[in-house]
Amino acid sequence: MKSGSNLEKILAEGKFAVTGELGPPRGANAGTIKDKAQHLKGMVDSVNITDNQTAVVRMSSMAASTLLVKEGMEPNYQMVCRDRNRIAMQSDILGAYALGIRNMLCLSGDHQLFGDHPKSRKVFDIDSIQLVSMVKKMRDEGKFLNGEEIADPPRMFIGAAANPFGEPYEFRVHRLAKKIEAGADFIQTQCIYNMERFREWIKQANDMGLTEKVYILAGVTPMKALGMARYMQKNVPGMDVPDWVIKRLQGVEKKKQAGEGIAICCEQIEEFREMKGVAGVHLMAIEWEHRVPEIVEKAGLLPRPTV
Amino acid sequence: MIKSKAKPLEEIKEMLKGYKRVLNTGCGGCASVCLAGGMKEVDGLNTKLSVSFKGDGVRFKVDGFTVERQCEMEFLAELDQMVEHYDAILSMACGAGVQFLAERYPDKPVFPAVNTAFIGVNRDLGWYEERCKSCGDCVLGITGGICPVAMCAKGLFNGPCGGPQDGHCEVDKDIPCAWVNIYERLKAQGRLNNIYKLYTAREWEDQIQGRIVLEAYKSRYVEDVK
Repeated sequence: MKSGSNLEKILAEGKFAVTGELGPPRGANAGTIKDKAQHLKGMVDSVNITDNQTAVVRMSSMAASTLLVKEGMEPNYQMVCRDRNRIAMQSDILGAYALGIRNMLCLSGDHQLFGDHPKSRKVFDIDSIQLVSMVKKMRDEGKFLNGEEIADPPRMFIGAAANPFGEPYEFRVHRLAKKIEAGADFIQTQCIYNMERFREWIKQANDMGLTEKVYILAGVTPMKALGMARYMQKNVPGMDVPDWVIKRLQGVEKKKQAGEGIAICCEQIEEFREMKGVAGVHLMAIEWEHRVPEIVEKAGLLPRPTV
Repeated sequence: MIKSKAKPLEEIKEMLKGYKRVLNTGCGGCASVCLAGGMKEVDGLNTKLSVSFKGDGVRFKVDGFTVERQCEMEFLAELDQMVEHYDAILSMACGAGVQFLAERYPDKPVFPAVNTAFIGVNRDLGWYEERCKSCGDCVLGITGGICPVAMCAKGLFNGPCGGPQDGHCEVDKDIPCAWVNIYERLKAQGRLNNIYKLYTAREWEDQIQGRIVLEAYKSRYVEDVK
């Protein structure tokens, strides 16, 4: 075991993993985390705690992850390269491990221009792939990025993201390969709607032998309404929402759209469970944590295995 | 070359408040080339300032003089005889020129009339684009002559983030994605292996004030060099 996290154990045993997501609040109330977490308890194997997602200031992902640990749940601590240099990052990784955090997702981060402090100074001292390699070096070599020994190395289960729908498409699988070479243990993908392209990407990954080296968790986000689908299709960078999704939501009356969105999501999960190279799903029910129990139930993902 | 852009007139007026005689100095180098601070722009700004202060009922006199380059002391020397007749100096050079000017005349308040924007190229007349962050450790040989530090909004070294759309940066549809372009160019040249390889965390060289003394000139400036 690299980290001994619940997520790592479930994946290592070949069980189909389910991860969820929780966005920290724009305030200092620990209770908000507790409340959101209750919906996810027993429903997912690990919960991603986002790091100032969309570059909007929120409670720190390390603090929120720690609150989750206190709830007896397992966080997947997200860290972005936008706001910290290598000194702060390594320091936070030591702290996170000391606080009981065992999974990390290494990301570049949304650009600050999208957020609530658009003229803040960006950092990007290292990029997401270099971050993966730094966390691996800290764990496997017990060394800081500069080569100096760490007294008690943090042993993280290392995650990275992949977007099979980003341009240039042919490069995407190679970027995945780079993340694996850097040391990623698991991958969580961008929200998938274009199944055709995803099948193609996972086939490339299978053919290159990449899925034998890394656990890939397919990202899904249930559409809450037609408006959300349209918004994601037009306005969210790197998101590929095909017209069939829009059409299906259009085909039902407004108050049934959420149910239809969940139905689509469950059908996708059903396919992922059978898909070679897919080791689990990453369920990003954005500000919809309370619907997670229903979704995992309908998708036949309960009960979650204990390892 | 260095590209700069005029500051708003109101900001310049605010800086000059209280000064009755001002010398506006142009720069015949980059500032002139990018039509931000050459002889013509000095004249234009002086006219605007005079008219505007007059309209405000404020006594104000401004003269102009453009030197060859403000980043060279020997050219600044041309101003030596003039400077004493003014209460303040306005500079239309880049930030380097402004500072050299301020260094030469430490008793005089020196104010910038332009904002230095970037090291860039002339796409066309009056159209400039950034190309270089002068990071001190050039990677253009690997990236097909397209700089990920200057041209990628996140300064990524290992390929594009998840966001490019139709070849454009997710941050601004008018800006091409550096990594899509790097990919396309290297692909066309059969050099994609360059970016399939991991690029490890770099050692940033632009940490403190840059200084270059050429080997051949060292003995001239450094006493203990033999």
